[in-house]
Amino acid sequence: MQAKKRYLILFSTGACLVLLFCFGGIQVPLSRRGPSRRDDRSLAGFHPGARWRRFQGYLQSFSTLEKDRNEDLNEHMSPRQKRDANSFLYTGKRCRMESCFDFSLCERNGFKVYVYPQQKGEKISESYQNILTSIEGSRFYTPDPGQACLFVLSLDTLDRDQLSPQYVHNLKAKIQSLPLWNEGRNHIIFNLYSGTWPDYTEDLGFDIGFAMLAKASISTENFRPKFDVSIPLFSKDHPRTGGERGYLRHNTIPPYRKYVLVFKGKRYLTGIGSDTRNALYHVHNSQDVVLLTTCKHGKDWQRHKDARCDKDNAEYDKYDYREMLYNSTFCLVPRGRRLGSFRFLEALQAACVPVMLSNGWELPFSEIIDWNTAAVIGDERLLLQIPSTVRSIHQDKILSLRQQTQLLWEAYFNSVEKIVLTTLEIIQDRVLEHTSRSSLMWNSLPGGLFTLPQYSTHLGDFPFFYAKLGIKPYPKFTAIIHVVTPLVSLSQPVMKLLVAVAKSQYCAQVIVLWNCDKPLPAKHRWPTISVPFIVIEGESMVISSRFLPYDTIPTDAVLSLDEDTVLSTTEVDFAFTVWQSFPDRIVGYPARSHFWDGSKERWGYTSKWTNDYSMVLTGAAIYHKYYHYLYTTYLPASLRTMVDQMSNCEDILMNFLVSAVTKLPPIKVTQKKQYKETMMGQSSRASRWADPDHFAQRQTCMNKFANWFGTMPLVHSQMRLDPVLFKDQVSILRKKYREIERL
Amino acid sequence: MYASGKYGSRGPALIPRMKTKHRIYYIALFSLVLLGLIATGMFQFWPHSIESSAEWTLEKGSVHDAPLIRLPVSSPIPERGDLSCRMHTCFDVYRCGYNPKNKIKVYIYPLQRFVDEFGVPISSTGLSREYNDLLSAISDSDFYTDDVTRACLFVPSIDVLNQNSLRVRDTAQALAMLPRWDKGMNHLLFNMLPGGPPDYNTALDVPRDRALLAGGGFSTWTYRQGYDVSIPVYSPLSTDVVLPERQPGPRRYFILSSQTAIHREYRAELERLKEENGDALLLLDKCSNLSQGAASARKRCYKGQVYDYPQILQESSFCVVLRGARLGQAALSDVLQAGCVPVILADSYILPFSEVLDWKRASVVIPEEKLSEMYTILKSIPHRQVEEMQRQAYWFWEAYFSSMKAIGLTTLQIINDRIYPYAARTYEQWNNPPVVKWSSVNSPLFLPLIPPRAPGFTAVVLTYDRVESLFRVITEISKVPSLAKLLVVWNNQNKSPPEESLWPKVGVPLKVVRTKENKLSNRFFPYDEIETEAVLAIDDDIIMLTSDELQFGYEVWREFPDRLVGYPGRLHLWDHEMGKWKYESEWTNEVSMVLTGAAFYHKYFNYLYTYKMPGDIKNWVDAHMNCEDIAMNFLVANITGKAPIKVTPRKKFKCPECTAIDGLSLDQTHMVERSECINKFASVFGTMPLKVVEHRADPVLYKDDFPEKLKSFPNIGSL
Repeated sequence: MQAKKRYLILFSTGACLVLLFCFGGIQVPLSRRGPSRRDDRSLAGFHPGARWRRFQGYLQSFSTLEKDRNEDLNEHMSPRQKRDANSFLYTGKRCRMESCFDFSLCERNGFKVYVYPQQKGEKISESYQNILTSIEGSRFYTPDPGQACLFVLSLDTLDRDQLSPQYVHNLKAKIQSLPLWNEGRNHIIFNLYSGTWPDYTEDLGFDIGFAMLAKASISTENFRPKFDVSIPLFSKDHPRTGGERGYLRHNTIPPYRKYVLVFKGKRYLTGIGSDTRNALYHVHNSQDVVLLTTCKHGKDWQRHKDARCDKDNAEYDKYDYREMLYNSTFCLVPRGRRLGSFRFLEALQAACVPVMLSNGWELPFSEIIDWNTAAVIGDERLLLQIPSTVRSIHQDKILSLRQQTQLLWEAYFNSVEKIVLTTLEIIQDRVLEHTSRSSLMWNSLPGGLFTLPQYSTHLGDFPFFYAKLGIKPYPKFTAIIHVVTPLVSLSQPVMKLLVAVAKSQYCAQVIVLWNCDKPLPAKHRWPTISVPFIVIEGESMVISSRFLPYDTIPTDAVLSLDEDTVLSTTEVDFAFTVWQSFPDRIVGYPARSHFWDGSKERWGYTSKWTNDYSMVLTGAAIYHKYYHYLYTTYLPASLRTMVDQMSNCEDILMNFLVSAVTKLPPIKVTQKKQYKETMMGQSSRASRWADPDHFAQRQTCMNKFANWFGTMPLVHSQMRLDPVLFKDQVSILRKKYREIERL
Repeated sequence: MYASGKYGSRGPALIPRMKTKHRIYYIALFSLVLLGLIATGMFQFWPHSIESSAEWTLEKGSVHDAPLIRLPVSSPIPERGDLSCRMHTCFDVYRCGYNPKNKIKVYIYPLQRFVDEFGVPISSTGLSREYNDLLSAISDSDFYTDDVTRACLFVPSIDVLNQNSLRVRDTAQALAMLPRWDKGMNHLLFNMLPGGPPDYNTALDVPRDRALLAGGGFSTWTYRQGYDVSIPVYSPLSTDVVLPERQPGPRRYFILSSQTAIHREYRAELERLKEENGDALLLLDKCSNLSQGAASARKRCYKGQVYDYPQILQESSFCVVLRGARLGQAALSDVLQAGCVPVILADSYILPFSEVLDWKRASVVIPEEKLSEMYTILKSIPHRQVEEMQRQAYWFWEAYFSSMKAIGLTTLQIINDRIYPYAARTYEQWNNPPVVKWSSVNSPLFLPLIPPRAPGFTAVVLTYDRVESLFRVITEISKVPSLAKLLVVWNNQNKSPPEESLWPKVGVPLKVVRTKENKLSNRFFPYDEIETEAVLAIDDDIIMLTSDELQFGYEVWREFPDRLVGYPGRLHLWDHEMGKWKYESEWTNEVSMVLTGAAFYHKYFNYLYTYKMPGDIKNWVDAHMNCEDIAMNFLVANITGKAPIKVTPRKKFKCPECTAIDGLSLDQTHMVERSECINKFASVFGTMPLKVVEHRADPVLYKDDFPEKLKSFPNIGSL
């Protein structure tokens, strides 16, 4: 009994103690912590934690309208003078386009880029040569400095590390002696490496004057916003053109890979940039977070080696870099000696979402790329939180980050040419600010290089953004008939075609492109049709003129036709309804295929009936009007001239272009009769198709085009789209497109 | 009650019986505990009592009740502000910490009135109405904390919105006196009218150490990108004037200039433009005959004709916003509110919230030098784009300009996005007006990938107890070359699946999953056993599909991995008589759904179906044992904005809709129920996401006059 009471008392004492501890032991220090700072109590009226409440009663406005607006009026200084003053004031590290760039050079000829001729005896690194070649091959290039808006040196400025074998000496003197240098105004200087051990400054070792920098590993401190361009660090093996595709093949669900976060790289024991990598071992858990460092680099690593080196080195050798790269959800990209590293592009290509740990790095093309959609931007100071941060990222977000890495890689980074063109396009967008790309154009498919704002600044005018905007393409098409033979009789195929096409309920207008050397027939010789009808006389009579972006095309869709094409209204109607579902692709009838000819080591072209196809002939195809513009402006003159001279391959080139943009095959739809080469026998174009050279030419074209694109953009498809009830055993009267089945 | 009574009756007797030694011990212990508790209480509530009284005075009182602080002349002045400051150098991120909600905590200093040695206030206006609104909005938001120790960002209650109304040096001293100032670290100042005559700096002149500045009118030379926030200059008209919302479209005037303080050089140039282009332009100025005052702010004149401002802005497609002495102009806010597209001529101006807002879709920026070309430049913009810009402009105003609350919270959200970049709001969230957010689609599988053939697909067969039929299906499917695995979902809890030895021998792994409940949604569960991207959902009675047809279906799915690729197609129709949706399974020329009794799709949609199905659709389906396929079609179409793909010709399916009511002939009520499903789902989704198409996919050479043996998929459409 007594024991029971004693326990009771003991228990209540204990409870009291616990209570005491809870309130006293935790809360007392807490409430003390607030006002413990020395200055806190010295201020009368400061009450920690006083909740803010709206003040009632009359308060004045911050800006009394008349007063401030009148003050605003500054009659003393002319705005023009002010602008001029700026250009004296803001130079060097404070350069901006407004103060250091001469816009007037770009007004006459648009955005043209001049490359200095290469001087004899001047050695140029392979990477810089690739940059120059890319510019010279681009549509911005001009050989005439008088027309140029932007100038590019032929002196190799890529590697400004004095200890590097690629370092060019006496650059300062060489540049000063250039007659067009003009203190660097309107020049752009490419640089990958600057500074050297031990501090790796961002100084190039010569005065860049008013020149813009396109520089890798640039820090926010030195970066002049909207003036410099941050480019990625790329290796000397980075392909000049074409470029590899990203490694992502599957969107696996759930999206987690074997590792959560990996890193494998050098650890610097001392000096700049060593802190972050030295601290990585804190978060390494050798299971799903594998962060490996080695001390083994440089000649005298043994001398600086610390206690962890041997253990780290052993762990380091256990893992394969590639294996980790491909099997990790996230890849850590910490700064090295410099802010940027090759690892960034490697991770991007491998669809391993980069986790940036490089404070103060102005990320590549940060002016246009929204990196939050493709990378996790971490803070070196919060290294210990990184694992929990990346683990907290939702799987839907991982899925989209991962796809975005691929989108960006393929749009801007996979070749030197893309990096250079992106740089130039960014500058062009600044120069022509009112015709520049919106952020959406840069950050969604197919990327800024294929979305040219000179065509239109309106997103709805492109075939790519309908879904993003929640709109649909204009529900009609314009037919363009390419005519090369004179009009002789009313029974000519072109007459039938004209009538059949115009009868389509979706036809808005018919344009005849008269590319025939005979004079234009009188108006009454054409059949009367119910839609607007325009004849355009081709000026140059070349085949590429069929793909000119005519202003007279009022619709989004174009139905491109050869004069000898045989099509019925039903077929056209059906094809157009299909196109509405695939506005970014070519939808056509007769299809062709390509294959790799291993024995001849080249691409082959076939018009045989095959189980798959990768092109549809543009002699009868529907596609978006924008591709006319791309064909005319994006493709180099050399390819277009080649096509014009042969009067052949224009359709192949168009298929290459569209597949390069969409990375998808075209779409073949049902056609009533087979569009055979033999059928062309009766028509005038027989000459073109029957010509034995014709086929050989097309073979050559394939390889020429693939060469320019740097890769084979064509993609195979195994399906054809037919009307839902096509050849089904049901009454033909139930079928909407019954004409297609009748022979 | 009982227990306490017992304790009460025995209690008094307890003490005398105890030994004295113990008694003293217990009493000592009890008093100790008591003392401890009292002490705790003191510590606990002592500072709080002051706090609550302070709260009381602040709540009820006016500004004049705020404590008065006298600034000694010698009190320290902060440094001017470091132009190289960035988040990683001047911002203490440790104060924000790791936070599962990814939300920063913002503390607001209590109001104080600062006066100099002579008792003169440091600001002529004191707390302005706008700053009061701003601080109140922050304190009402999720960002707010009244615990100074947990705060990541500090907002002083010293109003610096208008530099002209404050004394720069004294204000700086007042800032430095803030108890947590610490060189301005993590402090945020709001300023809309920076600089002063004659040279008008583009950023606040008050020395402020490392404090972040949310400023209106930054130029590219004063704006610290990624550190400062460029904010609009609030227009007081925003609250005073209610403009009727105008739909985007053509307007009476093409270009309107309504600012009153335009430099004469620019006015001259505008006049010249007006001469060239006539009535398309309207040039307004202040009215000379009106008396100064608030009324004059609401009137504009042109040659004696008086116009109401800002109403007149709604009558123009484009509205000029020219720089004045300052870069930031309150007129921008008025223009946006009117849904007029701003034409901004202010070189080097950092547009408000440009870190997140895509101004190219809402405005036209023209260099000041090209003012004379303005008309030509604007004429080249397509009409459809002008309309989009008008809509976008109004949306920017509504969401980010319309009140001090909007401005303040947007600023905090931008800073929040920098601190938790992995949880940042997306471009679409910032820039898409609600109508676009509603109608647009951002497919989660947006990359154009054609996955390799090799991994094949996993067939998921849902079965209850039709073992014989199930075995036939398994045998048939196992002939498909790309089959990687068979997963049988055994939905019968009362019966065990047949012994292993009885199952047909197939060349691929075969797994049986037993479910806990007989639910239709079990077929769409993202089982770990599904290791491929492609899933073939198939009923246990679909034995009529040939191996060629299935293989072809898989090939088509590879070309459209983000769609449902299925065999029997169905259609939804609008029933005009009944005024609702109707389900159609007859021979139609159109397709908007495919049945999942036999369909390929991406495993991602299993995950979506199981975890992201809107509303109560999933339960509804399980309860009615019907429409799981319709639900899946809705889900996929809604998120991708794309139609399904029907493959191969129609063949006689044994009433695929009848799986639930096995053995019965086509049941009319069953079809009625499916129509109901469509209506139900459409109302849950709030829209009809299904897309109607008129095509189906066939092999390239289907029905072509070509030797069958050379075709990849000869056996298609056989009955």
